Amino acid sequence: MNKVMSNKFYIAFYIAPALLLLLILVFIPLVLSGYYGLMDWDGIGEKTFIGLENYITGIQDKLFWNSAFHSFLLAIFSTLSLIIYLTVSFILASKIKGADLLRKIYLIPMLLSSVAIAQLWVKIYNPSNGILNVFLMSIGVENPPLWLANPSIVLFAIFVPILWQYAGFYILIYYAALKNIPESLIEAARIDGATPFQIATRIKLPLIKEVVSVTIVLAIVGSLKYFDLIYVMTAGGPNGASEVMASYMYKLAFSNYNFGYGSAIGFLLLIITLIVTFIVRKLTETKDKLEY
Amino acid sequence: MGRIGYFFLYLALIVVGLFQILPLVWLFLFSLKDNNEIFAGSPFALPSELRWENYEKVWNGGIGTYFFNSVWITVLSIILTVLFASMAAFAITRLKWKLSGLVLGLFMVGLMIPIHSALIPLYSMFLSVNLIDNPISIVITYTAYNLPITLMILLGFYYTLPHEIEEAAVIDGCSIHRMFFQIILPMTTPILATTIVINMIYNWNEFVFVNTFISSEGYKTLTVGIQNFIGQYMTDWGAIGATLVISVLPIIIAFIFFSNKVVEGISSSAVKG
Repeated sequence: MNKVMSNKFYIAFYIAPALLLLLILVFIPLVLSGYYGLMDWDGIGEKTFIGLENYITGIQDKLFWNSAFHSFLLAIFSTLSLIIYLTVSFILASKIKGADLLRKIYLIPMLLSSVAIAQLWVKIYNPSNGILNVFLMSIGVENPPLWLANPSIVLFAIFVPILWQYAGFYILIYYAALKNIPESLIEAARIDGATPFQIATRIKLPLIKEVVSVTIVLAIVGSLKYFDLIYVMTAGGPNGASEVMASYMYKLAFSNYNFGYGSAIGFLLLIITLIVTFIVRKLTETKDKLEY
Repeated sequence: MGRIGYFFLYLALIVVGLFQILPLVWLFLFSLKDNNEIFAGSPFALPSELRWENYEKVWNGGIGTYFFNSVWITVLSIILTVLFASMAAFAITRLKWKLSGLVLGLFMVGLMIPIHSALIPLYSMFLSVNLIDNPISIVITYTAYNLPITLMILLGFYYTLPHEIEEAAVIDGCSIHRMFFQIILPMTTPILATTIVINMIYNWNEFVFVNTFISSEGYKTLTVGIQNFIGQYMTDWGAIGATLVISVLPIIIAFIFFSNKVVEGISSSAVKG
């Protein structure tokens, strides 16, 4: 039995396809990204080794930090919006008829491509014919904002479709966690005279805090990698007002053909993501494992 | 809680539901209108006449090609991902070898990688083997990047399969390949369905790889194709609406039929990620 199950040929046969694809297309490119970052290179011609120059330029690059600032701002918005999602989930999990159907309806935007979502919201924000401004004008707002052309509001305007897209996803996770709490615990609290608000904040919330910390990591790390929606809606504009790290890297490499510098920025994006993941995990770690 | 309390709770939930669904209702309505009606009429008014010709126009104008590319690239990538991930799950949970823990760890790390950090090297790798502007590059990239999440979803199920199965199979003289392909793989059908639905959503919606590796119109998928297309029809809202509806319809239909699988897949992909 053990002889068959530890036959080297069979092991190689079953693990090789997945492992090779993972190594060649996921891990080797990451290492290469760090290496290309040491080169002056336009993507086609010769690579010239220039040491850490690209990384030093990156660290001093105002445009890069500007885009990183926007990425972190999105991460903060995303984390704060978890409060809304959590509130909705609490309501949904409080013996609501049709909760299952509702959470599926909430999930629909999550299933659509970011490109379709971006194009739809470009239309929604259209200055004269989008539903948002049509609505604002119908209630008497004289000059409704140019949502995507105004540098001071464009980032907020982009955040709304993100909120819309991910609502169903987080509500789904929270709802499942809340439904897992045994009814007997809630019943005991009710008998002791706890109000619904106390039950929610003092009993249910602490019981699902592990799930909450996972979603905080997902929201923050997801925001740092954000690209598709922003690239399609504004391409980082107007004038860099909605540029994020990934869109800045993409522009450097595939519009300016600065592959060496783009790789360095891509590598910095990787390092920043890993560091932030580590810090957020540490900060939200739940020490005492809850058993119920 | 009293009746009034519940009334407000329902009201809140319905408001959220409307926020989630109304943009899509609006999209569907204007995909059946012409510009005059869209600009002059009320946004949520029903079309005076159902202009299906918007759909016909964009389908024949090139969306059809993008659609079929999306279909075959999605299907082929799903088959490869699910097959390779199943084989890997079998090797990791059933076969006995020292490095299995390390390999599993590599796949876990693969879950956290930001794809943009790998984009430039992938581009230059594909360029050097002549796979730029070749859909094969897309299929193998989708397969590689979806393997970690697919494997994670599968592993939970593989761990619960009783070991008696392979003991009995080996004693009966069954080969490893027959054991995997004819006994174990069919037993995992329910979880395979979940991974297939999740992979379908990921592949159908993917944008940046196609946008970077593919330049010929004939190979573009819907996400990238509709970008150019909408540029072309910049002012024709009905045509843009029809394009967007066509691009999201297969996913919506899959969701209507397999909503429980989608819910299951999305929640397991989150908790493990």
